[in-house]
Amino acid sequence: MRVTQGAFSFLPDLTDEQIAAQIRYALDQGWSMSVEHTDDAHPRNSYWEMWGQPWFDLTAEEAGVVLDEVRACRAAHPDEYVKLIAYDARRGRQTTALSLIVGRPAVEQRLHVQRADTHDRAVRYRLAPTR
Amino acid sequence: MVAPMLSTADTKKDRWASGVTPYAEMGYFDADYEPKPTDVLAAFRITPQPGVDAVEAAAAVAGESSTATWTVVWTDRLTDHRHYQAKAYDVAAVPGREGEYIARIAYDLDLFEEGSIANMTSSIIGNVFGFKALQALRLEDLRIPPHYVKTFQGPPHGIVMEREYLDKFGRPLLGATVKPKLGLSAKNYGRVVYEALRGGLDFTKDDENINSQPFMRWRDRFLYCIEGVNRASAASGEVKGHYMNVTAATMEEMYERAEFARELGSVIIMMDLTVGYTAMQSMSHWARRNGMILHLHRAGHGTYTRQKSHGVSFRVIAKWCRLLGVDHLHAGTVVGKLEGDPAMIAGYYDTLRLDHIPENPEHGIYFDQDWASLPAVMPVASGGIHAGQMHQLLHYLGEDVVLQFGGGTIGHPMGIAAGATANRVAVEAMIQARNEGRDYAQEGPDILARAARGCPELDAALQLWRDVTFDFASTDTPDYVVTPTIA
Repeated sequence: MRVTQGAFSFLPDLTDEQIAAQIRYALDQGWSMSVEHTDDAHPRNSYWEMWGQPWFDLTAEEAGVVLDEVRACRAAHPDEYVKLIAYDARRGRQTTALSLIVGRPAVEQRLHVQRADTHDRAVRYRLAPTR
Repeated sequence: MVAPMLSTADTKKDRWASGVTPYAEMGYFDADYEPKPTDVLAAFRITPQPGVDAVEAAAAVAGESSTATWTVVWTDRLTDHRHYQAKAYDVAAVPGREGEYIARIAYDLDLFEEGSIANMTSSIIGNVFGFKALQALRLEDLRIPPHYVKTFQGPPHGIVMEREYLDKFGRPLLGATVKPKLGLSAKNYGRVVYEALRGGLDFTKDDENINSQPFMRWRDRFLYCIEGVNRASAASGEVKGHYMNVTAATMEEMYERAEFARELGSVIIMMDLTVGYTAMQSMSHWARRNGMILHLHRAGHGTYTRQKSHGVSFRVIAKWCRLLGVDHLHAGTVVGKLEGDPAMIAGYYDTLRLDHIPENPEHGIYFDQDWASLPAVMPVASGGIHAGQMHQLLHYLGEDVVLQFGGGTIGHPMGIAAGATANRVAVEAMIQARNEGRDYAQEGPDILARAARGCPELDAALQLWRDVTFDFASTDTPDYVVTPTIA
């Protein structure tokens, strides 16, 4: 299975040059950027591990700074998912503006559906990782 | 009790003399009135009957939508009547539309019950639309002051919370309405949900008229749909949802259906505009209490929003729905099969998504509107759209939108999941290209063709629907159009 979270998971994995273009776009919007990683890409896992602090106040010319961190995080966690996040701090947003997966384990996580019958044919579902 | 004084003058009648006095003379027209920041302001398009003066017609609308009746009543004198009278303060002929006028009317905030759209609608559109002295009447726009906005909580979640809840950022969300809309058994219906979601859509949707019919009762539908949702979520690692339509004959039945959807773990439910303002606002409060995203289908709106001279503009419906609180609202596609002038739709999308919307006659916006941080509503584009239009959809509608491809998913020649994949690849490729700085609106067909080289599902969709367009003149257009600039 391929985890298809993030904005571009239905496209072929982005090259570093394509990732750099997305970083430049985000920095041009005035967004801050951060990198996160996890071995648990469950859809309800809201808190992946932070790779350092977010980077504020970079310009598009400094996109290489963020790309280097993506590479370093991938190298340190080759068996995990790595996510690049752009954050929009403007009032009315104050939330993630763009997120994309930029690193995947060679063997992807699998989830399977566990069902518990409750009453009158209603079922309680649980998605359990089976890696 | 003091008896009303009878006038004996045979020239201009005393204001308080019994009998009929023109509305304008009773104080419902005041050209010198300066609207207060707390007033609710309305722009009505009025078409008086032949021989009826436009100012008197405007005053009559102000009168009948506030304190007046057809004849003088002495009991007005027991009140501070000037305070409660709505005042028409501006009446202007519409350029190029013979016999039509825009009347601007101010209502004091005291005329409205706090936090009640039912009350606001009963006041402003309750009695005036059948008025004999008018050929036609249309409520074009409202300015709702922050003082009144703050008596509502608005969408149960809003765009920001919905995106965080779904963990989906930076691209339009994708959906599909299950087709055929009527006749499928519950098990077959759930199959469509599963295939469309595992293929790459974020949402599937019940249609407005799928409630609980003999061929498929609501409870059976919910059970099979949630199986499809969970299977697709496990196959993708993504949050997925199916809008379970809880529209029913009574509020009690709507709550019963919503509570069952919650028990099954659904992230989203839907209802139809036909249930009415009170039912929608009740459901909104329920959705906030229960952490449920709330989708609204605008079923029936075309009966009163479409014609330019009579009814209520959709931008007013959009304002009421943002106040009473829904997370999603259908607001047009521009390029699809349903009515929608691009400039008017831009006005609806701004009304739903922005915090401050400046007056803009070219988009049909008559007043500045300040939402005072009320959460935003996610607009939904649905009806006759397909993957080959992705560049146009992104250009007209932007990123905070749900694009719903019903036929454009389920009608795919390689199957439902393939149709979903085509749409998802198309949207991701278009966002990628836009972010890379491409002129995607112009280069859209090329961007899609390149993406289709690695994606046979998209290639098949582009081949099949390449020439499908719905190119008809709109009936509801702005009075002021952008003057084309000469290149």
